[in-house]
Amino acid sequence: MAESTVHQSRSRDLDKLLLRPGNLVAPTFEPGAQLRDDLQEYARILVVGAGGLGCELLKDLALSGFKNLEVIDMDRIEVTNLNRQFLFRLEDVGKPKAEVAARRVMERVSEYDSDDKPIEETVKPMVDGGTEGFKGHARVIIPGSTPCFECTIWLFPPQVKFPLCTLAETPRTAAHCIEYAHLIKWDEVHSGKTFDPDDPEHMKWVYTEAVKRAELFGIQGVTYSLTQGVVKNIIPAIASTNAIVSAACTLETLKLVSGCSKTLSNYLTYNGVEGLHIKVTEFVKDKDCLVCGPGVLLELDTSVTLQKFIDMLEEHPKLLLSKASVRHQATNLYMQAPQVLEEMTRSNLNLPLFELMGKVPRDIVHVTGTTSRDGKKASCLRKLCLVFKGADAVTDQDMAVGA
Amino acid sequence: MIRLFKVKEKQRELAENANGGVPIKKQTAGELRLHKDISELNLPSSCTMTFPNGKDNLMNFEVSIRPDEGYYLGGTFLFSFQVSPIYPHEAPKVKCKTKVYHPNIDLEGNVCLNILREDWKPVLSINTIIYGLYHLFTEPNWEDPLNHDAAAVLRDNPKMFESNVRRALSGGYVGQTFFQRCI
Repeated sequence: MAESTVHQSRSRDLDKLLLRPGNLVAPTFEPGAQLRDDLQEYARILVVGAGGLGCELLKDLALSGFKNLEVIDMDRIEVTNLNRQFLFRLEDVGKPKAEVAARRVMERVSEYDSDDKPIEETVKPMVDGGTEGFKGHARVIIPGSTPCFECTIWLFPPQVKFPLCTLAETPRTAAHCIEYAHLIKWDEVHSGKTFDPDDPEHMKWVYTEAVKRAELFGIQGVTYSLTQGVVKNIIPAIASTNAIVSAACTLETLKLVSGCSKTLSNYLTYNGVEGLHIKVTEFVKDKDCLVCGPGVLLELDTSVTLQKFIDMLEEHPKLLLSKASVRHQATNLYMQAPQVLEEMTRSNLNLPLFELMGKVPRDIVHVTGTTSRDGKKASCLRKLCLVFKGADAVTDQDMAVGA
Repeated sequence: MIRLFKVKEKQRELAENANGGVPIKKQTAGELRLHKDISELNLPSSCTMTFPNGKDNLMNFEVSIRPDEGYYLGGTFLFSFQVSPIYPHEAPKVKCKTKVYHPNIDLEGNVCLNILREDWKPVLSINTIIYGLYHLFTEPNWEDPLNHDAAAVLRDNPKMFESNVRRALSGGYVGQTFFQRCI
């Protein structure tokens, strides 16, 4: 068929990866045209952000054969984006980035499918990339096997914050003057009105006030672009860094989904400040991670009350947790303190935990309290996986009776 | 992995035919850490907390502080706390809702407390912040001023500062500014 020959030439480079066997392939890799077609039919990819990196990614992913792409971005297009966020044109300024990016990719790659039904309750691998000037990173997160996002959240650089009294009394830099106008002067003048960093009028006002302040204290260097930079935490972006990190992310996505080669394990850093340096580091899972850690397994009878459960935690040899507060999903089942919350949750103590947790046979709860290890008391937060004995059989009956 | 996707696609179709499941609200690590902080609070009787959004939403709450010594003895000061999902990697946003004549709190309710901004560390907790706020009332300090006039008076004339504070607490003018009674 004519269509298949078109396909062939279109995906020539992709076919080199997907149609041939290889040495580095995943154990499940099955080369062939079927794999290529499946990638297009079944793989759904969510791109979070349609900025410098996002535009590159959408282009790379579309050209790598992925057809079900979705994009989220809460920002609108600004003139300063246009030099590198190449999916946008001058006439798009002010429009939502996600909408325009999706439309432009669709125009260029006609087979794009815009089905937007999300898949619930499934493993969702994540490829994360970021750039800051000439530096960038790309990493692969597979829930269950690699560290999760939370395990490595400490990698984020701490935010720079100036003391409010320095801003109010002894500004020394242009940034101090800008933050004064943004954090203190704005509220004084516009009582009750929230500052919107995306409103050019607001930004202009902050800039003008910052200039006045800088003149008063004899400080140089307040400009409109610095004002935007300080207020919105903007770091200068370099298009080539975006292109490199995006290429790494897309290749990882393709490898992850098709199994055509080993994925990055698991954190790549790129540094082009002086010369060029790329390194891959393997981060390990934090075994006590509250999000991806396994939690301590406990088997319980369905009749155990919350009070009994809290008592059990104190005697459990692995936990020795006294004065426990218990949280299940978004509900506080019991809080030891402060008094107001203790009173609001006290009535739960005499109810069976199984009922409080919605009669599911197995679920996660989080408990906080005090442990004593080697005679020393320490506060701790633990994840527990509770399994109710014989709950599968009784669930329906209980529901029916409404006990 | 692509085989996994195909399996899931089938499962999803089956599930859709069965019924739409209720989405489960996942806990962020920030909420869990906050839960720990709050369950371990050890507050003096001069500090009380309220949770305007009920027992399950801990991310926004209010703390009222009633100093039992110092210039501000007898006053009641309400603070709002806004905790972000990435807590404790970002400090809570704290504002003073009671208008107060204080060198380190401005008339808009901004608070100059080092651990709320430049010195915040993830090892600190809600308890630390509340004690920090309490400390501001027992030891107001003119070296980190947000209310410039109040700081200057405290530095140059502590007697006058004391009488200004009393006037503001019982409701009245200090200079051009009116303060609601908060005793």
